[in-house]
Formats: sequence, C-alpha cells, structure tokens
Amino acid sequence: MASLARTRLTGRLIRPAALRAHVRGIQQSADSTELRDKPADLSEPITVKLHEDSFRSYLCDAPDLEVQVTKDELLTMYKQMQTMRRMEMAADALYKAKLIRGFCHLAIGQEAVSVGLEHGITKDDRVITAYRCHPFAVMRGGSIKGVIGELLGRQIGMSHGKGGSMHIFTPSFFGGNGIVGAQVPIGAGVSFAQKYMGEKTCTFALYGDGASNQGQVFEAFNMAKLWNLPTIFVCENNKYGMGTSAARSSSNTEYFTRGDKIPGLQVNGMDIIAAKRAVEFARKWAVDDQNGPLLLEFVTYRYGGHSMSDPGTTYRTREEVQRMRSTQDPIRGLQRNIEEWGLATEQELKAFDKAAKAEVDEAVEEAKASPEPLLKDLWTDIYFKGTEPPSMRGREREEVHVY
Amino acid sequence: MLLSRRPPHFSTASKVVNLGFKSRKSSSSVEPPPAGGHLPSVATSAILKSKRETALRTPGLTWADEDSFSPPRTVVGGRETRKMNAYQAIRDAMSIALAKDDTAVVFGEDVAFGGVFRCTMGLAEEFGKERVFNTPLTEQGIAGFGIGMALMGHTAIAEIQFADYIFPAFDQIVNEAAKIRYRSGGSFNAGGLTIRTPTIKTQAIIQGHGGLYHSQSPEGYFMGASGLKIIIPRSPIQAKGLLLASIRDPNPVVFMEPKILYRSAVEQVPVDDYVLPLGQAEILVPGTDLTLLTWGTPVYHCETALHMLASPAPELESVVPKSLRSAKVELIDLRSILPWDMKTISESVNRTGRLVIVHEAGVTAGVGAEISAEIQKRCFLKLNAPVKRVGAWDVPNALQYEKFHVPDAIRVLDAIVETLTF
Repeated sequence: MASLARTRLTGRLIRPAALRAHVRGIQQSADSTELRDKPADLSEPITVKLHEDSFRSYLCDAPDLEVQVTKDELLTMYKQMQTMRRMEMAADALYKAKLIRGFCHLAIGQEAVSVGLEHGITKDDRVITAYRCHPFAVMRGGSIKGVIGELLGRQIGMSHGKGGSMHIFTPSFFGGNGIVGAQVPIGAGVSFAQKYMGEKTCTFALYGDGASNQGQVFEAFNMAKLWNLPTIFVCENNKYGMGTSAARSSSNTEYFTRGDKIPGLQVNGMDIIAAKRAVEFARKWAVDDQNGPLLLEFVTYRYGGHSMSDPGTTYRTREEVQRMRSTQDPIRGLQRNIEEWGLATEQELKAFDKAAKAEVDEAVEEAKASPEPLLKDLWTDIYFKGTEPPSMRGREREEVHVY
Repeated sequence: MLLSRRPPHFSTASKVVNLGFKSRKSSSSVEPPPAGGHLPSVATSAILKSKRETALRTPGLTWADEDSFSPPRTVVGGRETRKMNAYQAIRDAMSIALAKDDTAVVFGEDVAFGGVFRCTMGLAEEFGKERVFNTPLTEQGIAGFGIGMALMGHTAIAEIQFADYIFPAFDQIVNEAAKIRYRSGGSFNAGGLTIRTPTIKTQAIIQGHGGLYHSQSPEGYFMGASGLKIIIPRSPIQAKGLLLASIRDPNPVVFMEPKILYRSAVEQVPVDDYVLPLGQAEILVPGTDLTLLTWGTPVYHCETALHMLASPAPELESVVPKSLRSAKVELIDLRSILPWDMKTISESVNRTGRLVIVHEAGVTAGVGAEISAEIQKRCFLKLNAPVKRVGAWDVPNALQYEKFHVPDAIRVLDAIVETLTF
C-alpha cells in the first residue's frame, strides 16, 4: 500500500532536513476510510473517519476528518464513477475502431475527482478544465450520448459535433479546453463575474500537474489572490504531464504550495469521500467565509496513456500501473467500503455495474445513429448570427459561403 | 519587377532619399519648409471634421440613444458636439459604455490612473474602483480573465498597454476568444470582450521614437482568426463610434488605436451615444483613376501624398509628371481589418483599375498581402497595373530611421506615380 507520492518524496535526496522532518506522504489508498457510526436507519447519515493522511495543508488548517455521508450518496457515487469509467472505456473502444478520430484523452483512474467534485458543489458553481473533461461534462448536466456524440463528431454532440474531445460545455461547465493552462485565467475571470454579481457561488478552475508550469497559471493565481476572488484552483496531479513525471517537470512537486500566498490543500484524490470533503471545505472557504482563492491538489492517477497514441508505458513501468489499479482504484475502494460497512451487497453493486454498461451502450448506439454536421454548419457560430462578414472563403469559388 | 518597365524619369524610393539630400543642400540658401512642408498634416487635415455640422453628418453614424431601450428624448436645436482629441473621444465612449451597461468593466495595466495615454482618465473616480481597475502586468492573464468575464455575459473592456505587448495574449485571443463560439457549438461566446490596444508608430508622442516594442502594427497577425474582429479608427469621431460599436458587437473585438493620433487628431465629436458600422470601409476622397487604401495614421500621409501629387513642391516637380497632377485618386479608410470590406474595395478598384495599399506593418504577409491577393483575383480583368503595397521594411521596428522604414507621404507618392504610369 506504499503510495507513489511517498516513495517519490523519500526518493528526493536534496531536501532541507527541517522540511524533511515533517513531510509525510499523503495517503493514496481508496479504502482507508473507517466507519465510525452507523445508524440503524440507513436513510440517516453515517459517520465515517478519513485516514489521518488524507490531507496536507498549506497556510490553512486541514478539514475535519470526520465526515457524514448517506448510504444513498455513496451508492450514487459508486454508480456515477462506474458509469463514467464505462463511458471512457466506450470512447477507448470507439477510438480503436477508428470511429473517433483526432485527439482523445481519457480520465480512467481519475473518477473520484470528477464525481467527488460534483458531490461537493452546487449546480450554480462553475467548473472549467482542459483535456480530461468528459466526466465533468456529464456530471455538470451533460449526457453520455452528448459526450460520445461529440467525440464521434455527430450532431447529437454537446457542441453539435463541431468541437470534439476537449470542447464540451454545459451552462455551468466552461469546457474542455485545448490549450494547456489557458483555462485557468478564464476561470479567474468567471469567478470575478460571480463576485461582481454578488452570487454565492465559486469557480473550480482545474488543470493538471503538467499545466501547472504554464506562466498564465501563475498570472491567474496572482489576480485571484489580489482581488480575493472565489476561485478554487484545482491541480489534478496524476503524476505525469504527458510523458514526463512530475518530478522531472516541476522544481516543486507539492502543487498545493505553489500559490505563494494562496493557501492550499493536498487531497487523496483516489478516495472519493476525501475528495468530496475537500471540495466542500474549499467551497465554504471561498463562498461562505469569503477567504478568497484556494489551491486544491488531488493526487490521483491515470491508468491509460496521455492520449490515445500514447501506450502510457514508456515513461512508467507496467508494474506501477498495475499496482495502482489493483490497490488504489477509486471504484474498487468505494466498493470495498460499501460492502464492509454493510450498505450493499456485492450482487447489488454488480447490478449497478451492469446498469452502467447498459446505459453507456445505449448512449453509444444513439450517438452513432446521429448524423454528422451538415456542410452549412461549418459556417455557423463563427460570428454572432447577423454580424458575420458578407461571405467567407472555402477552398474554391463554389465553396465560398455567402451569409 | 517594375524597374525595367518604369520610364527612367520616375522616382524610386532611393531617388526620393537622394532628393531629400538635394533639398537639404539647398537649404543653406533658402529657408527650409516646415517639417512635412506646407502640406496638410494631422493638425490641418481636411479629413478631420472640425465643424459641428460636418461632424454630425459623419457617414454611417447611427445614434444609439434612439433605440427602444432608451428613454424617449427630444433633441432641441440639434445634437451637440465637443472638441476632443482621440484619447478624449475614447474615454467618452468608455464612459458611455460604463454608464449604460452595469456589467461593463474596464481593466488593464494602470487604467485606474488614466492609462499611459490617458484614455481612462477619471473613469475610476466616476464609476468606482470595482469597475475600472488596474491589473498586474499580465497580458495573457488579462485576455483570459476578460474571456472568462465575457463567458459569464459581462462586458469586458480590457486594455493591453501597447499592441507590442499583445503577443503573450495571442494564444488567449486567437485560440480562446476567437474560437469559443464555434467550438462550443454556439453555447458560449466571448462577444462581450473588447481589447483596446495602442498601435502603429509612436513618433514624437512620447519623447522620441517607439522603437522595437512600442511602434509595431500587429493587426496582420490576427487576420486569420475567424471569429475575431479587428478595428483601427483614424480619428476621434471614428474612435468613439467604432469603439462603442465594438463594445456592443456580439463578437470579440481587438480595437487598435493609432497612438500618435491620441493627441494630434482633434475633431468636433458628437457628445451623445452613437455607433459607426463595423466591417465597412469609408471612401474619404472619391476618385476614378486609382484607389488608395489605408487605415490608421497613414490616412494622413496619404492625404499629404495626394496634395503632393496635385501640386508638387519644386523639388518634386521633376518626378511628378504634369499629366498625373490632375489624376483623381480615391482615398479609402479600411477601418475594419477583419472582416474587411471586400465589396467597397473591389467596387472601387473595378472603377479605377489601380490599387495602392498603404500600411505601417511590414509588407511581407501584412494585411496588404491578403487584400492584394483577393483584389487581383476579383478585379483581374479591370486592373491596369499590379496592386502596389507600401509598407514598412521587413526589419524589426528599429529605433533609428523609423521615419524611413515606415511609409511616409513621399513613398506613398512614389507608389501612386509608379502605379499610374505602369
């Protein structure tokens, strides 16, 4: 159960002794939460206690480890994570069948972050991320057929088939974005508007450990702290920025400490209960207590490669991936907890798995049946309707589009 | 290409430089003419509307306080105008935008103090520090931040302090602002975003020359970014009307303000709320023999060149054939770089058969390249001469000799003569 974070930290030799003394790696197993109090009536909240190393904090106190959850919520989380994984696996299969072309980045292994985030925020909070956006798009009000349809480039897609993998939006989800780091200042701008309009909401601006070294991420940190914006910067640290491990790309791999004066919290991103707890903490920090921005770092892991063309095994060992899958999987971890705590049986959970697969299969069929965008759709949504140039060019005279 | 075909007595750029030396030699005996000669400059330009009557007749002007949303009002004794230079007109536009639109905010480096060119003077005091505020020196962040606000339905008026500094924000402008509507299938847009930025050479406006990073004209770099609009106004009336139109346009707009005109261009500017159309060029001087197309500061160099053509100074008489002096040159201000007004330009060239394009950016892959390619295609059979481009040399915008490598009236005149005699 030795976490990767821990091995990596101890492996770093040049570290001031004083710092080394109190650095303890974050717990990264998915089933280390203990049951504390289980009511007879399972519609009542259950009290559980997170592992003491679920959080590490920077310039703030870590959240309380005692968390109240309900049976229904845990089962919903399980169902949603399982469905999201099934959706990503379906995308993987469709890609390999050459039905999805172009870029496709899957979030298999990181389900506890997307689903956990949704359980800790309100519908009116805003979320923006970059590449691994499919689960967020569904959780934020989208649909599986809308995501798969977008990947397939069909009209049913959430951007009508004109965006593709990184370009999926809902009214409270500002997408998928294709430029690494560009979404972070945009998130700061979104949260400024929330503050300006007096909304009791905040924005979660997500980026990866790879994007964390982009200059504009720091520009956004500075503006958010300067103006005390309700921006929660969320670093999804899956330990590899494309094919480069965090330690090879970042002089400081403790991403939760990189906001300078912005307090930070490192979170076990494989345990969905810890993830939810951290998100609630962040939301209270920014919205209720109006403390300004906060930096959350979810330590997580992606099982697949960076993209479909990356097998994901040239810069890390198969054993490492296998160990993460078998010992720290967020879905298996929650499953063990649910079974151990007597909230559902293995058979009941298996039924959920089946239902998830069926739901995804149905969505895939529906998406596949949807037509591709029409030729005229190439020319829409470039400018606001009615304010376009009189015409725009195709390759030759016949293709020039006249509005 | 033209050298072999050009009659020997017509000038080339190098010849003109020689002419300059010649006139300097003779200046020991004769008092030299004032800088720019006894010719119209920005200060005396006939293009600038210094009278209320002409200002109110500005082509395309649409009052924006007569829409159904505004309270009914009766204008007694006609609309008012006030003498303003370009920065005052721009400030006036932003003041109207802030007053009428509660979601409008103005931000950028030092804008709360008025900005380096004073375009935001007093706005923070008038509308509050929450709505007019300074940002860190963070261009990419400013652009991204503005896009985020626009996504939430706000009117974001961002300033990039110099167009030369827009390059760190290039990614956000081209990849995010321009594309978000398309890539989200129309569910989001950055239409509320307007990025103002001072452009074109500096000259004497801030103690000498702008040099490498304060004199560039980067409009051409954005020209391929469909989804974006690029506007460059030539005067205070234009600046106010086009800026208000840009702010209200439902697409992201990069609004580039010729910085030398901030103070030097003065007009009687209507004080009420009005807009001028985006995407439309304006014919400033009608003509039949040659179309002279430009935008921003060079509008005035072109005006000067037209006077030189009609009545050349004694030093220039030998290079401007008498037969050309009555040539009617049509002067057009493009105003909108993206989308550009193909219709007006091609109609004009179909009438005149000749086109000279003047801009301050380098010739290679400048905006003129795109326009000349399109015009040669559309007007091929009507052209009497190749489309001529007059732009800066393909060198970095050097501190030294700035006057020589960006086009001035002499080089415009040279191009006109060459094209008319092709």
